[in-house]
Amino acid sequence: MDINDMRSIVTVLAFASFIGIVLWAYGGRRRAAFDEAARLPFTEDDDPAPVAGKGSAVKAAQVKGLEGKAS
Amino acid sequence: MDNHSTYNYKVVRWFAVMTVIWGIVGMLVGVIIAAQLVWPGLNLHEFLGYGRLRPLHTNAVIFAFGGCALFATSYYVVQRTCHTPLFAPGLAAFTFWGWQLVIVLAALSLPLGFTTGKEYAELEWPIDILITLVWVSYAIVFFGTIIKRRVPHIYVANWFYGGFILTVALLHLVNSCEIPVSLTKSYSCYAGVQDAMVQWWYGHNAVGFFLTAGFLGMMYYFVPKQAGRPVYSYRLSVVHFWALIFTYMWAGPHHLHYTALPDWTQSVGMIFSLILLAPSWGGMINGIMTMSGAWHKLRDDPILKFLITSLSFYGMSTFEGPMMSIKTVNALSHYTDWTVGHVHSGALGWVAFISIGSIYYLIPRLFGKEQMYSVRLMTAHFWIATIGVVLYIAAMWIAGVMQGLMWRATDPDGTLTYAFVEAVKNTYLFWTIRFIGGLMFLVGMLLMAWNLWKTAAGAKAYDAPVLAPAGGHA
Repeated sequence: MDINDMRSIVTVLAFASFIGIVLWAYGGRRRAAFDEAARLPFTEDDDPAPVAGKGSAVKAAQVKGLEGKAS
Repeated sequence: MDNHSTYNYKVVRWFAVMTVIWGIVGMLVGVIIAAQLVWPGLNLHEFLGYGRLRPLHTNAVIFAFGGCALFATSYYVVQRTCHTPLFAPGLAAFTFWGWQLVIVLAALSLPLGFTTGKEYAELEWPIDILITLVWVSYAIVFFGTIIKRRVPHIYVANWFYGGFILTVALLHLVNSCEIPVSLTKSYSCYAGVQDAMVQWWYGHNAVGFFLTAGFLGMMYYFVPKQAGRPVYSYRLSVVHFWALIFTYMWAGPHHLHYTALPDWTQSVGMIFSLILLAPSWGGMINGIMTMSGAWHKLRDDPILKFLITSLSFYGMSTFEGPMMSIKTVNALSHYTDWTVGHVHSGALGWVAFISIGSIYYLIPRLFGKEQMYSVRLMTAHFWIATIGVVLYIAAMWIAGVMQGLMWRATDPDGTLTYAFVEAVKNTYLFWTIRFIGGLMFLVGMLLMAWNLWKTAAGAKAYDAPVLAPAGGHA
């Protein structure tokens, strides 16, 4: 086998693994885990100013609402 | 529990402030060289001539402005989405001072004429070694933070930042392979067409990973945060990441159409550039659709204006790029100002806009303020910059197509219709419009600096407390 056969094989393997990734990402079982991952930036409260109580309650309510919608 | 009670915002703050300062410096040099094209008398000294200042401009805007924005946002995002302070804070501080030293050395050595002659990799070998040290430290800090994360999942923004860090390390090491002959002079390890191919493999992937993947990391964090909604499709973001990784690496040959590069290599480059349209637009649509149901926020939120407009420019320039990579289109566009217009539609419209939006998001949070000093100034910045970009790229498109058509025009007897200088003469008007557009963009950055100064003046540096992951107990 010469080096060009190896190159073709690597190209085909790369393509196959990409198709595999697409199937994996869109597989039904992963759905809930990805929805949870999408909310990662919202599991925290980072209001611009450290003003206790003021914005954080509103933010928390917003995120709660989002969780309802996303699922 | 964690030993540190707050996130490491110090290094984020340094990089965020330097983003604005280097943005002004880099864009000022850009405006100067734009003026030199219109008024050649402005080439006052050999150190300050167009040929020396042009690489200074590109290095300053890409690596100083863009680089600092990437450091600032990646350090912020990785800490917050991993719920842990930065790994190796001393090393993180070293990446800041090391990177600033690289920038200062570039600003000194390029006007003095020390260059490898490789576009976007002009810096000579001692600076290349310093870049390598800083970059390895950056990787240790970033991936170390990911390893000690307190949530199981690695958020998609971190995948893009991680891909950017690894790929830039690879690109830098391969393309900067050079043999020193003195402290200030080296020669490339490669020769002839191989050297050209390695250079544009580097050059295009610098666009793909330094100027795209890292900034997509910003998109996947700051657009959802500012819109107050999770990203439109997390699955699409996973496919987006891998599609970008698999295809970008092969697009470089489109910089070498109709050269000594073998024809089949040119065709491979063209085909992969065309395929790239799919992941690029997939990512853009994912970002823009995140706004669905929250479009009204765009009306009075200048940060969202910057972020969403940047995605529009990203979509435009990633459509334009594949089109220009088609050989027959490239026959018209290559070596003309169309290329310059395309680059700036990406660099100003996409890279600078998403950086500016993200930095406006960060500044109040880093200085313990509710919001920026003046929201009206932010809105003014947005409109001045947008009109500036549109003037810039429209002028360059017209100039480029005109140049391409004039250069290829022949008389019935086969001789060229126009001398080269006639195309130059006809470009002056468009170079003037480009100068005005660039100047407007610079004015916008000055407004940003003033706004930053007023926000930070008298404010105490603020480091947010580390938050326990959802469901955890702090």
